[in-house]
Amino acid sequence: MKSYTKYLGKRVLYMILTLFLIASITFFLMKLLPGTPYSNQDKLSEEQIFIMNEKYGLNEPIIVQYGIYLLGLVTGDLGTSFQFNNTPVAELLSSRIAPSAQIGIQAVVVGTILGIVLGVISAMKQGTWVDTTATLTAILGRSIPNFVFAVLLQLIFGVWLGWFPIALWSGFASSILPSIALAISPLADSARFMRTEMVDVLSSDYVELAKAKGLSKWEVAFKHGIRNALIPLVTLLGPMAVALMTGSMVVENIFAIPGIGEQFVKSILTNDYPTIMGVTMLYSLLLVSVILLVDVLYGIIDPRIRVATEGGE
Amino acid sequence: MVSNNNFQPEQSLPELTPDLFAKADSLDVQDNEKITAPSLSFMQDSWRRLKKNKVAMVSMVLLIIITLLSIFAPVIAPHSPNAQIIEHANLPPKIPGLDISGLNGTVNQNGIRLDKYEQTGVESDVYYYLGTDSLGRDLLSRILYGTRVSLFIAFVAALLNLIIGVTYGLLSGWIGGKTDNVMQRILEILSGVPNLVIVILMLLVFDPGIMSIIIALALTEWISMARIVRAQTLKLKNQEYVLAAKTLGQSSLSIAFKHIMPNLLGIIIIQVMFSIPSAIFFEAFLSFIGIGIPAPDASLGTLINDGYKTFRFLPHLMWYPSAVMSIIMISFNLLADGLRDSFDPKLRD
Repeated sequence: MKSYTKYLGKRVLYMILTLFLIASITFFLMKLLPGTPYSNQDKLSEEQIFIMNEKYGLNEPIIVQYGIYLLGLVTGDLGTSFQFNNTPVAELLSSRIAPSAQIGIQAVVVGTILGIVLGVISAMKQGTWVDTTATLTAILGRSIPNFVFAVLLQLIFGVWLGWFPIALWSGFASSILPSIALAISPLADSARFMRTEMVDVLSSDYVELAKAKGLSKWEVAFKHGIRNALIPLVTLLGPMAVALMTGSMVVENIFAIPGIGEQFVKSILTNDYPTIMGVTMLYSLLLVSVILLVDVLYGIIDPRIRVATEGGE
Repeated sequence: MVSNNNFQPEQSLPELTPDLFAKADSLDVQDNEKITAPSLSFMQDSWRRLKKNKVAMVSMVLLIIITLLSIFAPVIAPHSPNAQIIEHANLPPKIPGLDISGLNGTVNQNGIRLDKYEQTGVESDVYYYLGTDSLGRDLLSRILYGTRVSLFIAFVAALLNLIIGVTYGLLSGWIGGKTDNVMQRILEILSGVPNLVIVILMLLVFDPGIMSIIIALALTEWISMARIVRAQTLKLKNQEYVLAAKTLGQSSLSIAFKHIMPNLLGIIIIQVMFSIPSAIFFEAFLSFIGIGIPAPDASLGTLINDGYKTFRFLPHLMWYPSAVMSIIMISFNLLADGLRDSFDPKLRD
């Protein structure tokens, strides 16, 4: 247990290092950008620019600005947006987290559960048409770009059938289509992963033994198969988080949802650097936390991995 | 040499002459003893198994055709992809000899099919197989050129990712010890950085364009390649044949590239095959959110994005590039799946 605490401490240290690195990269890349934050510089006198720079701390040497920026990050101050009415970035983003989180979580939960079901069925019915259909679904889900899929959903269920709101955010009903669009990628990934794992587990010795004991096929699958196949599924959480971030930028834009992804795209297109940096840090924090969570969970779920060895994986 | 000097013909045996005999070639004799199939190299064996996988083969043929079409786009394209003929804007698809609604240049307006080509006064011998966009540019030509751009970005990014990833992983695993430790810690930190964010930041700082997208993709995609190559190198490093090579006095570097590398080939090929569709997707994603290839050049992603803007009125502008992109993605994924199965030593029969 002591070695585990040590391992955990090391992981947290790396997490902080990663975040520091990302913060530094974003800061210096932003300083490399050409141009000034003022859109009407020609009309401003030198004094006005000086006063403005003074106000936003832009007259300080870069290294001091860097220090101020890092200090701000620690205290949750992400600066002020250039474009959206001088709103503090932290405030701008926090008002938008709820919709993004809602569709993101719905997508992961629904997608993963459906994916597991699909994967298990196709592993149990290996080589039949059920397997072929499930595999085909997974491949289509992985291959068709999510923006194409989102537009299709919007067209069919929003415009033609009129079952769900076409766009905008007005509660649960409007979260359904975006959630489905986002769920496709976790669904395809987990179905594929689950099938491989199940096929592996089903051919292992303890499953043979369980069969020999006279358990039925599905009993074996539920009691021995799925439990063991589920463990490695945890490792998919990291890639899923990444897919959700990219996905949400597209899906939120198509469905006009006031979330983080939509804000990010808007900020990119309007050169709103403080907001871009804020979202960057938010995404990085999310990803790094998910990676840490996966490592910790994995150690807890599977006792065989608890002894973290140096170097080897 | 068979000699018949002592042979006495007694009964009615046919006469034996030297020309009835052939020299016994030593190799021939050995072959008679052989009962195994010809030994296949790893690549030959994998290729044999891949050939049995019909789905993967169809995907491969499709990809070869698409790649060739895009390479020869300048020859094949019926129109210039960037030539704007405003009078020919927003025309529906029209294919000579095909009189199916939707493909014969007519559109449905208030329940009546109107010949758009006649209406806008386009000469009767002008055909736009997939219609035109709002600036009168031929969609088919734009798709051909767009595929070219998308595939070029994906292939070059995959190649760079291959070079960086394999070198890094091989060095880290092969040298081992402290070097490996440091290199792994660097990877660990880098893998926490969301690719998305770095790519977007890089595109903001550098001028958007094909080169900056390639560099951004290559810089972020090599990490998983490096990890896989390292893990495999660590495994291979303690094999007997490596020890034998060492004993024979081969240099460390030449063992790494001559003995370890060929054994990594399968894994590397699979990894590259999976990285190509992900690069295509990522490029399309960037174009879709508006920071991709600048106009007038287009990739499949920019075409889909342009089409999306008008897709309620001119749906073909979005569906055709989307279909092409989906076909490319599906084929790459199926081929990569097939390759993975055929390279898997566990499945060898």
